[in-house]
Amino acid sequence: MAQPLVKKDDDRDDEADYSPFLGIEKGAVLQEARVFNDPQLDARRCSQVITKLLYLLNQGETFTKVEATEVFFAVTKLFQSKDTGLRRMVYLMIKELSPSADEVIIVTSSLMKDMNSKTDMYRANAIRVLCRITDGTLLTQIERYLKQAIVDKNPVVASAALVSGIHLLQTNPEIVKRWSNEVQEAMQSRAALVQFHALALLHQIRQNDRLAVSKLVTSLTRGSVRSPLAQCLLIRYTSQVIRESSTNSQTGERPFFDYLESCLRHKAEMVIFEAARAITELSGVTSRELTPAITVLQLFLSSSKPVLRFAAVRTLNKVAMTHPLAVTNCNIDMESLISDQNRSIATLAITTLLKTGNESSVDRLMKQITNFMADIADEFKIVVVDAIRSLCLKFPLKYRSLMNFLSNILREEGGFEYKKAIVDSIVTLIRDIPDAKESGLFHLCEFIEDCEFTYLSSQILHFLGNEGPKTSDPSKYIRYIYNRVILENATVRASAVSTLAKFGAMVDSLKPRIFVLLRRCLFDTDDEVRDRATLYLKVLGGEVTVGETETDANDFLFGSFDVPLVNLETSLRNYEASEEPFDINSVPKEIKSQPLAEKKAPGKKPTTGLGAPSNGPVSAVDAYERLLSSIPEFAGFGALFKSSAPVELTEAETEYAVNVVKHIYDGHVVFQYNCTNTIPEQLLENVTVFVDASEAEEFAEVASKPLRSLPYDTPGQTFVAFEKPEGGPATGKFSNILKFIVKEVDTSTGEAEDEGVEDEYQLEDLEIVPGDYMRKVPVANFKNAWESMGPENEQVDEYALGVRESLAEAVSAVINILGMQPCEGTEVVPSNSRSHTCLLSGVYIGNVKVLARLSFGISGPKEVAMKLVVRSEDPDVTARIHQIVIES
Amino acid sequence: MGHEFRDYSKDSCPSVKNILLLDSEGKRVAVKYFSDDWPTHAAKLAFEKSVFTKTLKTNARTEAEITMFDGYLVVYKFIHDLHFFVTAGDDENELILASVLQGFYDAVTLLLRNDVEKRTALENLDLILLCIDEIADGGIILETDANVIAGKVATNAVDGAVPFSEQTISQALATAREHLARSLLK
Repeated sequence: MAQPLVKKDDDRDDEADYSPFLGIEKGAVLQEARVFNDPQLDARRCSQVITKLLYLLNQGETFTKVEATEVFFAVTKLFQSKDTGLRRMVYLMIKELSPSADEVIIVTSSLMKDMNSKTDMYRANAIRVLCRITDGTLLTQIERYLKQAIVDKNPVVASAALVSGIHLLQTNPEIVKRWSNEVQEAMQSRAALVQFHALALLHQIRQNDRLAVSKLVTSLTRGSVRSPLAQCLLIRYTSQVIRESSTNSQTGERPFFDYLESCLRHKAEMVIFEAARAITELSGVTSRELTPAITVLQLFLSSSKPVLRFAAVRTLNKVAMTHPLAVTNCNIDMESLISDQNRSIATLAITTLLKTGNESSVDRLMKQITNFMADIADEFKIVVVDAIRSLCLKFPLKYRSLMNFLSNILREEGGFEYKKAIVDSIVTLIRDIPDAKESGLFHLCEFIEDCEFTYLSSQILHFLGNEGPKTSDPSKYIRYIYNRVILENATVRASAVSTLAKFGAMVDSLKPRIFVLLRRCLFDTDDEVRDRATLYLKVLGGEVTVGETETDANDFLFGSFDVPLVNLETSLRNYEASEEPFDINSVPKEIKSQPLAEKKAPGKKPTTGLGAPSNGPVSAVDAYERLLSSIPEFAGFGALFKSSAPVELTEAETEYAVNVVKHIYDGHVVFQYNCTNTIPEQLLENVTVFVDASEAEEFAEVASKPLRSLPYDTPGQTFVAFEKPEGGPATGKFSNILKFIVKEVDTSTGEAEDEGVEDEYQLEDLEIVPGDYMRKVPVANFKNAWESMGPENEQVDEYALGVRESLAEAVSAVINILGMQPCEGTEVVPSNSRSHTCLLSGVYIGNVKVLARLSFGISGPKEVAMKLVVRSEDPDVTARIHQIVIES
Repeated sequence: MGHEFRDYSKDSCPSVKNILLLDSEGKRVAVKYFSDDWPTHAAKLAFEKSVFTKTLKTNARTEAEITMFDGYLVVYKFIHDLHFFVTAGDDENELILASVLQGFYDAVTLLLRNDVEKRTALENLDLILLCIDEIADGGIILETDANVIAGKVATNAVDGAVPFSEQTISQALATAREHLARSLLK
């Protein structure tokens, strides 16, 4: 670890280790605490002992129940002392000890006496202590004093009572709600903090009454709030009211927007920032509304205070995700932040620039980032790598410089997570940008020449085995792979052997040479390596036959493994050696409970560093495919065309949380219901979803797969499959009822009762929409793709979209309906533009490539018109895309 | 009852999750947690270690610095061998947090009469603990004005003595200069 940056006077060094608590020991301090019982109390000494006790607690020392009780009783004796300093320490000690209910009774009378003391400090602290340790029963006794305290002329006392009220509202709402009048009076206080605490409590009391909150905001935004903290609070409440009310449809004005805007001119920076942030977070914020907020944030970017720069760049970074053009004005200031001392600020600046940058600025930006990468921590580097990957997918033409950048940083020093992020990015780019394939594979080959991470080497070798044989010149990879066999550890050697075999199986011309290499591996020191080599040689050489054709043999060797590994492991463990050989068909293919859609833990969200974009889709589809093909009922449906994102079918925080994933096949759809039981006292069995498809005439239910058991908080899946006409465009609405047998669970033992009761639970409806038959697939170069597609199957039409909120809103609505991938960043509509062209690409069910060019225009009264030109490989599909627009 | 904590959402009160005062090796001088995010002693220590190491190499001696990790915002400032930290959830207003940190830092400076270092802090641990107690109650910000905080703490310490609220920052700075001059002459 680095040396701490401590500057000290030289003459102090010899005493550096001195601490007044040196050698302190719990037992001795507890002995010392006996002085609390002395008839003649020494206040100073007692204070010191309490400080020692607090020191011990602060260092993580714990007291046993007996010790804590003893200390507590001794401390209560100290109420006899008149010394205010000591009393203050007593209050602190009682809070730290968090006494039990019967102990609380002992101090209640002393604290109540202090609550009525003439000394302000006693009143304020006694209230805070009592409210912290009390339960509801005592509250009714002291309620009268608390109400008085709220309007106490001493601000410290009033604040103490108000803050205690905020805490108590959670446990005893009915009592605290009766204090409304007093709290309202406290709102008028001249003390800034009292006003702040009163506003917080008043809002909490009324939070479920939307009208009351709205009234509160209306009256306060006219200006009587003095404290900056209270002003921040009011801004939060105002945004809440704005969220819940609708925009005035005639003038397009948003209620209270003027207030938020006026706060941008407040003298306190925290208020300015709170208002700017609130504006950027307004739903459907327009560029006109954004402008003043962006302007103040831009000023903050050049502040001398790091906190201010950080706050501004973090907010702008978020804005850049939805309104990249609004942030481009700040690009110059942002670029100077790349060299900021504070690396969090620099990273946020870089990732913002990557989001707002256009195609022409990519090269310059990459140059700056290269200088910057050397001196930041790995976790920041990962954020940058993720941003670069998204940028590359957005501007596929720029893959060369971005791929170069990735390969350069791959060669430099870095930990496993960082290297893995780079490798994952290169793999994604190879998959999505065909032109990038050869150079990407080459970079990966270079990397494994000198890679210290076994996991990454194996992963790359596996990937190379899948992709390498399909390239124009597979032979050039052999050298890299065979080098691994010579130089690496056993795990990597085994992977390399498999990769070699794949090349041999897929490229006939290489087969003889691969065989020579594989034969050398027969003398490897490791069993696994030898076994693999033997197996491949025998099967590929035709000495041992698997199945009937060569394809069968390849499937056997390299096909996806259709048995879940967990299940195989269990079965193997249970297998007892006997005459009967182990039968792989006896392994269940059903996956017990696989939390595909991870539930967010309430309260704490799993945030990744500095808001890294998640990279789920590719792996999620793979996982779905594996899951579905393992279910025999659905095995005959052919290849999975598309899986939708999960759609919630229940409200948040209900008894059972269910979402559905729509899996589209050529002639079928499968609904995968992901269910979570959130009641610890229940076990659900035989869980099914009853689907009513009467509003989806073309769909016929063919199979369903119930979930045998759904214990508390362990997600499980049930499936229902429908037959539908081949291809598109069957659509319809499905209503769902969750049916199950519910059994009571004794939470202390975890055992469920034998008898259960049938029950059902209404879920929300779900729909199959035209967009479900379209897969988002980007093209590297839209113009080339458009021209090579040719005008044979082109269809042009114009549509009036009626009055829309804005051009941007109309564009995103059409993109959503079609379910296609916007290309070259054309989903972003520059502010104030009157027309816009958007380029979309996708693959329609049946694997038909589709391209669309959409030209939008907006007239004065927000009337939007669209010209749609569609090209595809199939004239029917072209017509169908137009049909989707007509019907929606 | 008693020590249960609640997380206040974005629609409500600005709040902090912990206030930490560590030494130059990352050891505790005084800490106070207002959140259940770190339920055990080990979890708290792990958080402190990670905060300490992540901020160690930064220069937070003139201006307060800020960082974000694991979904938390942390503002911090160092002086001599003391490291001051205030933590909140990542949707908190950074500038509010900074004002809490400033209040904490300045109040400690006043209470320790400019002798802000680990040894003095430990010798006056009672004042430090009371100071934290006056800044936040259950995570809700009670006061951010250093003069008021120090005043509330100091009136308790010595009955009838000159309350700290009357000793302004400029006076405090004067004392500091004097202190420095004396140590140079030695």
